[in-house]
Amino acid sequence: MIWLGFSLVFWVAAWMLNIRLANSVYSKSLAVRIVVPLIFGATLLVLWEGIVRGLNVSPIILPAPSLVAQTLAGSTDILWIDLKQTVLKGALRGYVIGASVAFVVAVLIDRSRFLTRGLLPIGNFVAALPIVGIAPILVNWFGFDWQSKAAVVVVMVFFPVLVNTVQGLRETDAMQRDLMRTYAAGYGYTLLKLRLPAAMPFVFNGLKIATTLALIGAIVAEYFGSPTRGMGFRISTGVGSLSIDLVWAEITVAALVGTGFYGIVAWIEKHVTFWHPSQRG
Amino acid sequence: MLAVGPMNIRGALDVAERSGAEIVPEGSVPRRDVRVWRLMLDNPDHVAQGYDLKRPRLPTPQQVWSELWKTTGAMVERGRTWSKRSLIYHSWITLNSTLWGFLLGTSIGILGAIAITYSRVADMSVMPWAIISQTVPIVALAPMIIVLSNQVGIEERAVPKAIISAYLCYFPVLVGMVKGLRSPAPAQLDLLKTYNASGTQSFLKLRLPASVPFLFTSLKVGIAAALVGTIVGELPTGAISGLGARILIGDQFGNPFAIWSALFAAAILAGVMVTCLDVLQRVVLSRMGMRS
Repeated sequence: MIWLGFSLVFWVAAWMLNIRLANSVYSKSLAVRIVVPLIFGATLLVLWEGIVRGLNVSPIILPAPSLVAQTLAGSTDILWIDLKQTVLKGALRGYVIGASVAFVVAVLIDRSRFLTRGLLPIGNFVAALPIVGIAPILVNWFGFDWQSKAAVVVVMVFFPVLVNTVQGLRETDAMQRDLMRTYAAGYGYTLLKLRLPAAMPFVFNGLKIATTLALIGAIVAEYFGSPTRGMGFRISTGVGSLSIDLVWAEITVAALVGTGFYGIVAWIEKHVTFWHPSQRG
Repeated sequence: MLAVGPMNIRGALDVAERSGAEIVPEGSVPRRDVRVWRLMLDNPDHVAQGYDLKRPRLPTPQQVWSELWKTTGAMVERGRTWSKRSLIYHSWITLNSTLWGFLLGTSIGILGAIAITYSRVADMSVMPWAIISQTVPIVALAPMIIVLSNQVGIEERAVPKAIISAYLCYFPVLVGMVKGLRSPAPAQLDLLKTYNASGTQSFLKLRLPASVPFLFTSLKVGIAAALVGTIVGELPTGAISGLGARILIGDQFGNPFAIWSALFAAAILAGVMVTCLDVLQRVVLSRMGMRS
């Protein structure tokens, strides 16, 4: 009971501290902006630990964060093998292939008015479909190793990037295009100097959506057959053999990788589209 | 349609050889190294068989359509709409937990957005975690949510699925609603202040109506995400009913028609739901005097 009480007290104290910080004069500073969400996250962890310890929840049902951290530190070799198989081989290659193919196709489609008009509604519709369902079919076609995972990721990543790029390429207004004309710039030059840079905020929007989809695709595809390594494989067998702490460690790694991946793309975006109003604010 | 020929030629040749036909490179092992185009040229008679296989790598559209009809329309005609073999039954199971998850996720999203608009602390501490929560691959959490809810004593299979789809669909609603609730200009808020309007009044009369167009846009994204969540939730759970389970079972029993027809059913379901919300959006917005 002490644990439960302590975590509740901690929760209230942290909440008060956050209120003080958010309403203080420093609330606009970078340090406070980072510290406040960190305190909130720490509160959740302490609450979790307190509930698990205070109510004696069996580690098979819900392991405490400290136990997960122990497993995480103790089985780094397994986690690294899985990470290599799922993220570096499957998700990342699929992401690069899918995003670059989508980008090239978007630039090609953009030349035809008919295709652009027709593509946007269809692309938006396809983006709403549950594409993960094709995972078993692609695993069937490309075998159990990383190729099939990459294929699933390619298909999942393709449409968000395509739709966003096509949309972005239409973003320049008539004045800007006329200006390029007065410079006697041809199609290629206008594309390179005006329209692609103007499309970049949209392209990165698609790329950011695609980071999450890539990880989901790679992990789901492993449920349908994989070599005896990989995050999806470890999670599905871990649930079966009740090594739940390892599963949570795997989830932690997946969360960290997902956040890191997103963060890297956002960082690149910040440097490529530094001129856009949303990056200057 | 065109792709079916080359995709299925190997399977067609194997079947033909087993039934005693002459195939140019004999045996399926040497054929493995030959290009599919070469195989099609050398055995032109058997290409047509690729369009009528029992277990094709890629079924033709007609095959998928006839399977789809067999498991929906034909079953209705025979009065067995709710039989366990009917896709209508499975779609209903999936739709059911999708809608519950959608309801849950939308409520969480709207309430969260209201909290974020009115409290700086909530904005600063919750918003970053909401973004991070979406970069966590939900499929990794799906088996855990199912184990947890089983242990807590929830036997109903729909509950974990609904939680997973709520997890996926709350985020677009949250982001859209925050944007919408903050969309009134300062001048408009000031006007309400000069009318001596209370906080609740300015919320009900200004912020909430202003957020409706944003809400509908994010609802459309959200319901598609909720369907994906339900299907993903059905995959690793050993569920026996629902479209995701049909896909899984079709995969395990080597029945490509079951996978493809379930996929198409899911696509139709997503299309219908998004269209419904679209119609609703038009009606509501024109009633409110806005144009979408």
